[in-house]
Amino acid sequence: MPAVQETIDRVKAIDVDQYKYGFETILEVDKAPKGLSEDIIRFISAKKGEPSWMLDWRLDAYKRWQTMKEPNWARGSYDVIDYNDIYYYAAPKLNAAPKSLDEVDPEILKAYEKLGIPLREQEVLAGVEPANRVAVDAVFDSVSVATTFKKELAEAGVIFCSISEAIREHPELVRKYLGTVVPVTDNFFATLNAAVFTDGTFVYVPKGVRCPMELSTYFRINEKNTGQFERTLIIADEGSYVSYLEGCTAPQRDENQLHAAVVELIALDDAEIKYSTVQNWYPGDANGKGGIYNFVTKRGDCRGKNSIITWTQVETGSAITWKYPSCILRGDGSRGEFYSIAVSNGMQQVDSGTKMIHLGKNTTSRIISKGISAGRSENTYRGLVSAHRKASGARNFTNCDSLLIGDQCGAHTVPYIESKNASAVFEHEATTSKISEDQLFYCMQRGLDEEEATALIVNGFVKDVIQKLPMEFAVEAQKLIAISLEGSVG
Amino acid sequence: MLEIKNLVAEIEGKRILDGLSLTVHDGETAAIMGPNGSGKSTLSYIIAGKEDYEILDGEILLDGENILEMEASERAAAGVFLAFQYPLEIPGVATMTFLKAALNAQRRAREETELTTPEFMKAVQDAAAKLEIPRDMLKRALNVGFSGGEKKRMEILQMALLQPRMCILDETDSGLDIDALRIVSEGVNALKSDKRSFLVITHYQRLLNYIVPDTVHVMANGKIMRSGGKELAEELEANGYADYKAQEAA
Amino acid sequence: MAEVATLKTPAETALADLFARSKSLLPGDARSREDAFHRFAEKGLPHRRVEEWKYTDLRALMREIAPLAEKPSEAGVARALSVESVFAAAEPATIAFVDGHLATADAMPAGVTAVPLAVALAQGHPLLSKLGAVSDAEGNAAYALNAAFMTDGVVLHVTGAVDRRVALRFVTAGAQPVATATRVLVVVEPGAAISLLETHESPHGVAHQPNSVVEFVVGDRAKVAHVRLNANGDKALALSTLTAHLGGEVAFGSRNVVAGSAVSRHQVWMTFAGADSRGAVRGATMLSGDQHADTTLVVNHKATGCESRELFKHAIDGRGTGVFQGRINVARGAQKTDGQMMSAAVLLSEEGTMNNKPELEIFADDVQCAHGATCGELDDDLLFYLMARGLPRPEAEALLIESFLGEAVEEGLDDEVVGEALMGVVEAWLAARG
Repeated sequence: MPAVQETIDRVKAIDVDQYKYGFETILEVDKAPKGLSEDIIRFISAKKGEPSWMLDWRLDAYKRWQTMKEPNWARGSYDVIDYNDIYYYAAPKLNAAPKSLDEVDPEILKAYEKLGIPLREQEVLAGVEPANRVAVDAVFDSVSVATTFKKELAEAGVIFCSISEAIREHPELVRKYLGTVVPVTDNFFATLNAAVFTDGTFVYVPKGVRCPMELSTYFRINEKNTGQFERTLIIADEGSYVSYLEGCTAPQRDENQLHAAVVELIALDDAEIKYSTVQNWYPGDANGKGGIYNFVTKRGDCRGKNSIITWTQVETGSAITWKYPSCILRGDGSRGEFYSIAVSNGMQQVDSGTKMIHLGKNTTSRIISKGISAGRSENTYRGLVSAHRKASGARNFTNCDSLLIGDQCGAHTVPYIESKNASAVFEHEATTSKISEDQLFYCMQRGLDEEEATALIVNGFVKDVIQKLPMEFAVEAQKLIAISLEGSVG
Repeated sequence: MLEIKNLVAEIEGKRILDGLSLTVHDGETAAIMGPNGSGKSTLSYIIAGKEDYEILDGEILLDGENILEMEASERAAAGVFLAFQYPLEIPGVATMTFLKAALNAQRRAREETELTTPEFMKAVQDAAAKLEIPRDMLKRALNVGFSGGEKKRMEILQMALLQPRMCILDETDSGLDIDALRIVSEGVNALKSDKRSFLVITHYQRLLNYIVPDTVHVMANGKIMRSGGKELAEELEANGYADYKAQEAA
Repeated sequence: MAEVATLKTPAETALADLFARSKSLLPGDARSREDAFHRFAEKGLPHRRVEEWKYTDLRALMREIAPLAEKPSEAGVARALSVESVFAAAEPATIAFVDGHLATADAMPAGVTAVPLAVALAQGHPLLSKLGAVSDAEGNAAYALNAAFMTDGVVLHVTGAVDRRVALRFVTAGAQPVATATRVLVVVEPGAAISLLETHESPHGVAHQPNSVVEFVVGDRAKVAHVRLNANGDKALALSTLTAHLGGEVAFGSRNVVAGSAVSRHQVWMTFAGADSRGAVRGATMLSGDQHADTTLVVNHKATGCESRELFKHAIDGRGTGVFQGRINVARGAQKTDGQMMSAAVLLSEEGTMNNKPELEIFADDVQCAHGATCGELDDDLLFYLMARGLPRPEAEALLIESFLGEAVEEGLDDEVVGEALMGVVEAWLAARG
């Protein structure tokens, strides 16, 4: 079939020229020497002005990390990472803690401007409905450079700041919750993160408070040979609600860079956390050169009764992604949701999914995963749904659909479904298909060209998940998917 | 309007069209009738630009211009519309979204300005009302879960909205009950004008009681065997296609 | 890995000793047995950190190694076969094995010849070159152990359309635990057809360790209907492997009913090597007490236009644990593949466990593949409906379980007599459940 052939040809010719965020910002940078040692960890901790308990925590993690082996279980292949050839700390030279944006290096502001991320509150305010405002924490390499709307959020009692600031200003909260969802030794990369994490976002929403605006963090890797190890901690106290979004981009480079983040969410009684990700790290070029290794640990703990945690992710970037945002459904009546779109093209390898661990009674979970593979990429859904003995009345519904564009890619589904409770009802379904020639012809007969027709059908395929994103990001995500598949779709 | 000259086409080495010639004038409604397997649907796909077929000879001219090298979407923008015998389902894509995408793509191709949302909504709702298409159907995913009759009405709605010049109806009557047939036919008849032509492909004469043709062509063995006025359809209804099948066997 | 060799468990050491003692007494080429044992010994008994054995930790489940069974006496054979076979009503031509050795054999019907495996191994029978046609099984622990220890079995050569059913009956007898290793090779020539019944029996209360392998090599346009019943005793540890190498335009069907064993693991590798074939694999498992049953299935689509259908049902009572691992692989180029796999389980008690792992691994774009998995209890509404019609709860439950399992037990089986015999096994299990 000629149309398919043409699609394949174009897929073969795909170049990541369409990566729109590949620019680099030239800055004066404050770096720790390359490599990892106790001294480097002490250096990072001192730079952050951390209390001694935090340094001890890091050093303990480092000791444990040295005894651990790098995992090699996911379907993936990559060059050995030399952990001593990475900079663990790189920060734009700043005045110690800028008081306002005027003190931030204009080059950094320009970078965020180019990325379309508003850091100036007055710009955000212009012509925007208050309800649609978004507060931003901007993390540039190892440090948070700006956090917006802090004052207004503080009036509502919401703490929204960088994790470094939280360690200094709210140690009681950080000590109480840090590492309680993802233990220090959870896995190789999480342990590494615990030792060397440099910045990230901290959110605390007090009892009964509905966070007055969307919160978001934009992560930007800029420096060469730098690993990004951010740590995010979000706590929704009883009866509170927060919606949070993260976005990620990096310059286009021939080298691979490691991103090993840890995200911990804690929802207490009747609280709800919505966590959305638009992940667009640099994916590498058409031959798989360069790109980010995105090895992250994200886990939410529905600690309280009737609490809700929803993960929504649009994954289009990174050379390799290993990522399983999970929910521990501990509180009775709690609910976990996972909505995912994973697009892979070129030589990308995506291995993503979720774990829904049903511990409490009448807990429910829902998994909707849409994988789209093109080029010579590999796209795997890997997930676990389990009901423990006491999880009476647990419910899960899982739907994993894969769409293949071209015959040189792979789509895989690896679900683990474990039930130890008779009254738990688990349903799982998965399908694999391609865009049919007949559907394409039908759309083209109505006047759409092949690229438009494919984009339309793909948008239909991912619609269930797109709908779960906050409005203002849904449009952005749709565009991003179209860009990621450009060249593969005629 | 449409001129097909000595068209020869094959699929997977099998000859489907074998020197077919046909002319449809501006404002004319032409019917093509023929036994099953005579290549009627293939003809409609080839005019619309489906890529599965190998064209060995001949031309298809739209207002004197050969359209064989054009993509399906370009032909659509040039005014060719095919009402499918089996309209496709597109999960997750709201009917309204699809209609707007199609209409604006065609307008862009013709370098016309795109319709604003209110203009578009009004155009769709007017057309939908005439075809007795309820509003909630427009919000549902295109053709997904629609009955056979609903799908056919949706085809005619698209035709009304896109305002093509050359409308091809492929077995539009198949699967329709008498009420749906009436609604669909009225929808088509309302679109008739001296600038717009129709090519109605059907196995049965029944549809032609509702959409009255100016000319009737009998197709068999991949070519037009006989042409005449609307009385030819009645003759076929009475005698069947036996004469033409006999030739096929010969 | 070097460190594994030094970490030998007592069971692994016992297996090595057993092999060293037995190998010179076993029929055929000792070299290939040594190679097979070496393949096993390299990795040892698989445990939970070996992905394919995640849910069936053989290292933990197989702590004792039973001695290899000796050839039984005539009286022993007569005693072992005195119980009527489940499939007696189907009047098959039967070859019976007791304690892993050929015991009795009916004359084979036209279109099929049988050579005892021990004879074939000793002679170097040419058809034995077809063993291992599905190479994926080679490194598997159960398969490698079978290859190292196999005592007997049969080579069936099917050359025409066989009009009488053929049955293979494997009985492990005796009051002391023994291990058996049997191997069956079925070579079906192009256009031939056979219906093969296979039963595995052993007494309750004895921890026998049967390990059986059946390999099908199916030629173009051939038809195979295979039915297997695991009716081992409640203490048995039963390992079984089925491989099927399918040519073009084949119609292949295999189903396995598990009604016995303390621990069982049934492994299936089905490979579509020729175009436009159909393969269906089904299974029904009934568990109670502390029973553990694992079905691990790999379907390899390597040719175009093939259709595979997999359906597995588990009814789990007591503290039983059911495992289903199924993977559909579609190789690059295996376009127009249509693969569908379904696993459904009902948990009938508070303490049952079901582990499902249905996988898809797709490298071709023009395919339709789907899998589904469900787990839950009996439908309350249906139960209520039946009880409202006057059925007492146990009967209502039995009826629902029977219809639930029936889909995998008798549906799609073009053989009423065999279907009835299998449903008889289900009914007996339900009756014992009370």
